[in-house]
Amino acid sequence: MITPSEETVEVAGGQLHVIKGGSGSPLMILHDELGHPGWLPFHEALAQNHTLYLPCHPGFGYTDRIDWVMTMRDMAGWYLEALDDLGWGPMPVLGYGLGGWLAAEMAVMCPQQFAKLIVAGAPGIKPPTGEIFDMFMVVAKDYIAKSFYDSGHSASYQDLFGSDPSPEQLEQWECAREEASRLTWRPYMHYPGLAPLLHRLKRLPTLVVWGREDAIVPSSAGEAYHQAIPGSQWVVLDQCGHHPAIEQTEAFVQHVEAFLGA
Amino acid sequence: MFIGHFTEQPWQDDSTGLMGNQSLDLGISNELYNPAAGAKLYNRYIDEKIYAEEMGFDGLMLNEHHSTPFCMQGVTNVGAAILARVTHRAKIVILGNILPIWEDPLWLAEQLAMIDMISYGRLVSGFVRGGGRESVAHNAPPHYNRERFEEAHDFVIKTWTQPGPFRWEGKHYHYRYVNPWCRPYQTPHPQIWIPSTVSVETVEWTARHRYPLVLLATKLGPTKDAFDLYHKTAEEEGYTSGTQNVSYLFKVHVDETEELADEVGRKYLSGVSNPFLSGNEGQVNPAIMSLPGHTSRRSKRLAASAFGPLGRLGTNRRPYEEQVNDYTIISGTPKTVLPKIRHVLEYLRPGSIFFWDGDGAMTHEDQMRSLRLMGEEVIPAVREMGKELDLKGPFEVNPSTNEPFADAVASSSAATAAPASAD
Repeated sequence: MITPSEETVEVAGGQLHVIKGGSGSPLMILHDELGHPGWLPFHEALAQNHTLYLPCHPGFGYTDRIDWVMTMRDMAGWYLEALDDLGWGPMPVLGYGLGGWLAAEMAVMCPQQFAKLIVAGAPGIKPPTGEIFDMFMVVAKDYIAKSFYDSGHSASYQDLFGSDPSPEQLEQWECAREEASRLTWRPYMHYPGLAPLLHRLKRLPTLVVWGREDAIVPSSAGEAYHQAIPGSQWVVLDQCGHHPAIEQTEAFVQHVEAFLGA
Repeated sequence: MFIGHFTEQPWQDDSTGLMGNQSLDLGISNELYNPAAGAKLYNRYIDEKIYAEEMGFDGLMLNEHHSTPFCMQGVTNVGAAILARVTHRAKIVILGNILPIWEDPLWLAEQLAMIDMISYGRLVSGFVRGGGRESVAHNAPPHYNRERFEEAHDFVIKTWTQPGPFRWEGKHYHYRYVNPWCRPYQTPHPQIWIPSTVSVETVEWTARHRYPLVLLATKLGPTKDAFDLYHKTAEEEGYTSGTQNVSYLFKVHVDETEELADEVGRKYLSGVSNPFLSGNEGQVNPAIMSLPGHTSRRSKRLAASAFGPLGRLGTNRRPYEEQVNDYTIISGTPKTVLPKIRHVLEYLRPGSIFFWDGDGAMTHEDQMRSLRLMGEEVIPAVREMGKELDLKGPFEVNPSTNEPFADAVASSSAATAAPASAD
């Protein structure tokens, strides 16, 4: 089991909490709308061949939010300077959930920032069919249950979320929900200006991964990402909800490794 | 002493199956809505307000909630505009407009100015932050609730007090031409009163602005704590606040016999569910009552003591008897309610009070009997208590200066200055 390192660094006029672990070629991973979930089996699997760089977004429970950031595009702009300051040159990025949207926003602003792009279960595009489930109409625990395919029978759900959350966990979810609300309240979890710019990623190798039963962001949004990014790959995992990396870890990691190694 | 009347204007229609049920907040589809019943109820509540004025109330309090049957008034300014024309003496006390959900507060400033003019200066303009259901219903960002409240407030006050045109480039509101033709009847503007269900930030903000603070049916102990915090903040601000600065809404029903008062008093708890009516809060959706960033963590803790162990985020289901015992419901004949009202006045020392009546499952007849008895016996006696206890209202002593109004009588009945043709 790898023990990742953690530190809080001063970047771009703010603070960023950074977790690093593993060895091999670099891979940046951007967490979702409920914040960094801890070092999970998919981190451990990917860290066998990669040095993982896991920033915890400002305002999501580790460092203060950036005061002027009011939209996801603001956040992407701030993050690009943070990456400048960190000296994290072009490397592949994997963003899941809201982190996938963030990766896409940064990529369309600055395609050369990343060597490859992996987007999993990401909001950001208004789904052509269906609606993005409203996370603010339920409490965090219910949102997570909804986000898993068959949470009652999911071993990974039971392992991670089966028991009552600690006060610290509840506090971190509340922080994440508050910042997610600031960034995505309306239009809810999407920005009409993103999809038209995705064509800019025509030379950025891109993999789009979705759970077929994602009850948070309908897979039609994933297909829209795929169709808007020329040359992108499209993978749908069965018996999988909003968290391919957690719910179908083995298949997910295989697809990611194949894509990164190609 | 200023004495007002309030009802939430609840939906009442037995055929919908909502009466006495513990409904889920924002969990009721409007397919149940019956416009014929709605029309009767809206007119009933206007009739009751007119009668309340006839019975001697100084203030007719209105409020607003959204997407819920417990308060039919989704647009409080519509109710206020009607009362501006059909009543003649009482203050029209809006507690209040929900500032953060207004996308265009210039329109609000215009509406309130019109109500103030049509009523010949009888408007009291309260402002509130609103609850989660209001943010959800009108899609107002909860994390900016307080910022939008404060910016909209500053904008409305400037619009009322500074000659236009001017520009406004704020954080949440932006205008290139602020110059509404209408301005409020009262100078410099209608009094601003701030209702609260005990939020530390709201109490402090209200005291700093020297606005009267109205506590809404909270338990006596936490209400006194909030008033003490107000008075302490006032001291820090360099002024001494008084009874004119603090106000209390509480449930009071009066009836002809003790038996009838007990039977009707219990109806507070048997109407459609209302998160603000202890004992019949319904099923509260914790996500909606606690939207991200809507309320600071500090305020959440204080609110817990104001309503019960679960605060306003929970369903305490406090029994009727318990509420009678701790004075949060007072129901009886004039003879038995007066000592209880006196206890509340002595304990809290508010300069203005509102009787919350005619709510829940109470019928029009229940409300009219109570209003008549209040007019005949309760209001005159409470006025005497106010004099004896030296409880000056905000139209006797100016809460923003602590000076008695030069013409307190004229000030408290501005409509008497209105031309007779206004009728």
